[in-house]
Amino acid sequence: MEEVADTKARKGGARLCSLCDQRRAALKRPKTLEQICRECFYKVFEEEIHQVIVENQLFKPGERVAIGASGGKDSTVLAYVLSELNRRHNYGLDLFLLSVDEGITGYRDDSLETVKRNEIQYGLPLKIVSYKDLYGWTMDEIVKMIGLKNNCTFCGVFRRQALDRGAALLKVDKVATGHNADDIAETVLLNILRGDIARLSRCTSITTGEDGPIPRCKPFKYTYEKEINLNQICTYAYFKRLDYFSTECIYSPNAYRGFARELIKDLERIRPRAILDIIKSGENFRISTNTKMPEQRTCERCGYISSQKWCKACVLLEGLNRVCQSWVLGEAKALIMMAERK
Amino acid sequence: MACNSSSCQSNCYKNDEEYAEDSPSLTDRKLSTSTNGQQNLCVKCKANQPISSASAGAGAGADDAHFCYGCFRRNLYGKFRLSVTSYSMITPSDNVLVAFSGGPASSVALQFVHEMQHRAQKNFDASKDRSLPVFGVGVAFIDESAVYPDASEKVDDAIREMKLVVSKLTPPMKQLHVFPIENIYTSDSIEGKDRLTKLLDAVNDATGKEDLLLHLRMLALQKVASENGYNRLILGSCTSRIACHVLAATVKGQGYSLSADIQYVDARWDIPVVLPLRDCTAQELNLLCRIDGLKTLQLPNSPPAGINGLVSSFVTLLQEENPSRECTIVRTAGKLTPFHFNRIPEISDCTVPLATRRRQKRYNLKPMESMSSESFCPLCNSPLSNSDLSSSNKPESCQSSRFGGACCSSCRFQILPKDSSSMEHFYLSLPQQMVARVKHGSCDNSSMLRQQIQDCLLSDSEDET
Repeated sequence: MEEVADTKARKGGARLCSLCDQRRAALKRPKTLEQICRECFYKVFEEEIHQVIVENQLFKPGERVAIGASGGKDSTVLAYVLSELNRRHNYGLDLFLLSVDEGITGYRDDSLETVKRNEIQYGLPLKIVSYKDLYGWTMDEIVKMIGLKNNCTFCGVFRRQALDRGAALLKVDKVATGHNADDIAETVLLNILRGDIARLSRCTSITTGEDGPIPRCKPFKYTYEKEINLNQICTYAYFKRLDYFSTECIYSPNAYRGFARELIKDLERIRPRAILDIIKSGENFRISTNTKMPEQRTCERCGYISSQKWCKACVLLEGLNRVCQSWVLGEAKALIMMAERK
Repeated sequence: MACNSSSCQSNCYKNDEEYAEDSPSLTDRKLSTSTNGQQNLCVKCKANQPISSASAGAGAGADDAHFCYGCFRRNLYGKFRLSVTSYSMITPSDNVLVAFSGGPASSVALQFVHEMQHRAQKNFDASKDRSLPVFGVGVAFIDESAVYPDASEKVDDAIREMKLVVSKLTPPMKQLHVFPIENIYTSDSIEGKDRLTKLLDAVNDATGKEDLLLHLRMLALQKVASENGYNRLILGSCTSRIACHVLAATVKGQGYSLSADIQYVDARWDIPVVLPLRDCTAQELNLLCRIDGLKTLQLPNSPPAGINGLVSSFVTLLQEENPSRECTIVRTAGKLTPFHFNRIPEISDCTVPLATRRRQKRYNLKPMESMSSESFCPLCNSPLSNSDLSSSNKPESCQSSRFGGACCSSCRFQILPKDSSSMEHFYLSLPQQMVARVKHGSCDNSSMLRQQIQDCLLSDSEDET
């Protein structure tokens, strides 16, 4: 392909796009290293996602679909691409934006502004669910109570339930999230490192929770994070508009995931297709079916789906309330002692 | 638990608390340190001094600092012996070949195999009826100086050392086979060297070249074993090496075949391959070599590059963060379903003692699919997944593209040349054993299919479409 591109006539000294052969090549595509123009990049990017949606039968006409929107680049691009493809290819979907407010000042309140902007830009109705309303705690309060060691566990568990509850309130049939190929590859590696064979067997599925309340799908399963970045950078450079919120969570930890992410970045540099190869390996691991599904029940405290007597969120909340109580008790005792001393 | 001994040199108890939390896999093997009231004593026998971290050297884990020399060695040999007996790796009538590279793992493997053989010999000499024969042991070293011509002098020195090492491992005497890797070609050595160089030069990807060399090395070992009457091949692959392989295979898209490579037994080869040191970490093996004074030879070759190099540094990094990570990785991969060839074929030979046969039946992995026939990649010999098979359905015109179509997608990407003329040259430089796998494989498949549908065929003249 390189030789062919070289022999093509050069326009004003610059290389031509290898796809349309008309416009000047401005980018090197991370996935294939092709040299293409901005318009063709948008086109192949969107068309590949359309192929993924069609081949994996992610949606059916008439479905109501909520897009998990955090305001970050993945969900912003997802919102744009889905609404665009819905229009272009007549998916016949009713799309919504669903956002979760974890109550993190200086981070979430800013990114929520981005989502509100997206609501207007893409014309998609927005629903926001907050931890405060659902659980009575914001992440800021939780961190004050338990510190920075296990806060991400809380947030992850709470967010999953929050998305489901929000989806139920919107009465949607499906939730689409912006998990990209890098995310899924990291998760595969993490599950190997952590010894979680059951999760390993499920984490590469493009649709999960089909037997649960609301199935979720990941249309970006085969999309490189670098390409999503590039998509947004192009939009910024050309339209001078930054659609997404680019800071990391302020409680962002030295999570173990960081190790896997570093490896993937290094791998991508020498062999871009390694990311998709990891996903392929994950899909092909020989895991016997009887190690797969945990038993499905309902939580006795809140009625949410659970594999144990209480769902994880209720367990965590109970723990949180106990810590709070003992802290309150401790404070009360201290006050009483101070009063007695006087 | 404060270490109140002022003379305590090792930071054993400081590390102890971290490891008690982070390494559940190791705690079942060593006794709980909370029961050890005495400081500075071996946790197992509570009699001797633990190996000091000074002699253990850099990178020794706190785990080893808790055993005395005797208990440590017994523990390591115990793991070796348990693997050998549980998986029937070595039975009295066997003739085993130990693949020896001079590195710590294969040095320990050789040493332990020798000790096992030596013990069997003593029993044999002492027994009246001489009923149990002593298994035979040979040593094979694959000389790769054709690939690294600058290092040939160092390799010659190494070979001299090896001869010395092997000559000391008596009784019983063991033969050392030094096999130049170019001898996998049946022609003379100069032509062999030439073809080998052409073959490796045709591969552009650094990782692909390294992996191809590994496949050729296995071919060489198989050839030495079968030409000299051995029926088992012992590799010194340890937990650490296997952990790297797990991650590297995942990254190369070889998730399907991974479970085949990491079991104790791999019988897809003509001479079954066994891994008796699978449960030992590189750290333990290094330590044993150091304190036993086992001479390890550093063979000159380039450090792993490309993907293999990245994965190796990654695992080293993980180990620093948590020393039991390698074990966890191998344990996770161990939960993947093995293949039907991951066990020693059942011994129907009546001359083999009944106890051996019974033990083998007990530990042999239950076959998931009893009569499944796998197709194998002719280059790496790994079982092909459905996605590999479906992408090679188109009928190919020439032999070299038919060969390419039979390969797994990983080999197709990282080893096979992209353009057709380079592919031709590559195909012509391949050793016969790999070429033969394609013809053999396709015959197997169609006869297997025929057998399975025989019952459903209506009549001989009916054609199934």
